[in-house]
Amino acid sequence: MSLRPESGRLPAAYLTPGSSSFTEFVGAHAPELLPGRRVLPPGVLEAPHGTTIVAVAFEGGVLMAGDRRATMGNVIANRDMEKVFDTDEFSLVGIAGTAGLAVELVRLFQVELEHYEKIEGTLMSLEGKANRLATMIRGNLPMAMQGLAVVPMFCGFDTDTQVGRIFSYDVTGGCYEEHSHHCVGSGSVFARGSLKKLFREGMNQDAAVRIAVEALYDAADDDSATGGPDVGRRIWPTVGVVDVDGSRFLDDELVAAAVDAIIDHRRGNPGGAR
Amino acid sequence: MTAGMPFYVSPEQLMKDRADFARKGIARGRAVIVVAFDQGIAFVAENPSRALHKVSEIYDRIAFAAVGKYNEFENLRVAGVRYADLRGYSYDRSDVTARGLANAYAQTLGTVFTQESKPYEVEIVVAEVGSRPEQDQIYRLTYDGSVADEQGFVAMGGGAEQIEAGLREQWQPGMSLADVLHLGVGLLAKDLAGGPDRELGAAQLEVAVLDRNRPRRLFRRLGGTVLERLLSSEDPMTQVPAEDDTP
Repeated sequence: MSLRPESGRLPAAYLTPGSSSFTEFVGAHAPELLPGRRVLPPGVLEAPHGTTIVAVAFEGGVLMAGDRRATMGNVIANRDMEKVFDTDEFSLVGIAGTAGLAVELVRLFQVELEHYEKIEGTLMSLEGKANRLATMIRGNLPMAMQGLAVVPMFCGFDTDTQVGRIFSYDVTGGCYEEHSHHCVGSGSVFARGSLKKLFREGMNQDAAVRIAVEALYDAADDDSATGGPDVGRRIWPTVGVVDVDGSRFLDDELVAAAVDAIIDHRRGNPGGAR
Repeated sequence: MTAGMPFYVSPEQLMKDRADFARKGIARGRAVIVVAFDQGIAFVAENPSRALHKVSEIYDRIAFAAVGKYNEFENLRVAGVRYADLRGYSYDRSDVTARGLANAYAQTLGTVFTQESKPYEVEIVVAEVGSRPEQDQIYRLTYDGSVADEQGFVAMGGGAEQIEAGLREQWQPGMSLADVLHLGVGLLAKDLAGGPDRELGAAQLEVAVLDRNRPRRLFRRLGGTVLERLLSSEDPMTQVPAEDDTP
């Protein structure tokens, strides 16, 4: 890699007009830095896995929440991992699957969006961002076939139509727009069941936080790889919100309050019947 | 005279010719001022275009300003963004520094000046804002790859000498944003031929700041009503408001 060429001058590739994509630039100039370009030895590798992410659209925005557990087989590899990230001013990404690759992919995606914004002098459209992420997942297909799959979920605020939107992906890079809510990861089956019953059209942000955290609670109840709220250590789910004011993460106190309310409600009512 | 017959040109003459050529190109354009204020570094350019920028963001704490030939400094700007993003991605965001970038630009400009058929007709500034004013850095790079570490302010482009003389006289550390903008715009508006000052309103100006109080990405363009109020004497505003206006 020629980050510091011998003469110290910027290499010709840097000065060549053309792509405003960081991934394309790195692919041409320093391909070994891209996760999808690595050649892996045959065989299946065991590496930490991140688990459940849920997204819920509400009036004027969308939120994404993730549990904090990473597992490796039957072992808890990490209990306070972050799996929801803000990728630019108006978008969030949550990732389930191989944790190391997922974090690397998110970092690359964050730089990709900022790089485009700086070079072009304007934000990429929401569909543009969703498609860029699909391209990156597609590039990871060889790794997915060796057991290192990464499955993201993308949420953003559409500044043209003023609504929050959710995009899901499959391992081959297929990108699909979801409506109202969506879940990925090992506990997603249980979280989806929970959201189906709890979601209402036109909910406000507080109500959406409550049902997203409750869906993660339900996922953790039935899926050993999803971490429930850790009251003893005070580790709460990560909750990111994106609306007209941009993307941000909720303070721990707010999430803790939602968790406390759920735990109260579930006392003597473990299924959360209403 | 036979075509193709080589003439001897002394290296001194060759370099002087190239330098004159570059200097002439640079002096033709309107000036850009880079000036420190208490909360960061401000960039003021006379530039009626909203699309072709002379001032841009490079990285979290680093910005770029240029005068001269647009296609040449635009190439350098894009190269700077690529350099910074690649470095930050493969090391860490904190490993991207204005000093490193200024060095890479200096080597590039120096090589082009001596080895290519014509030098770049540009002058650029790479500025980085620190968490305290003493840590702010302003590097000025000229067409031949010379680098100067400037204190407080820089003016480049047409009339730069007169503007710098004015800044030397009136600028002092710890001025507010409104004060440095008034000073900068006043100096840009001076007529070099000695005529009356020109009117420079928000629409003729490109203004941006590296604001040390912002989170992570400190670069911000100022325009529209925010800039009008910063420049106005009736409805004054001395600092940038916390919330963003639309770019």
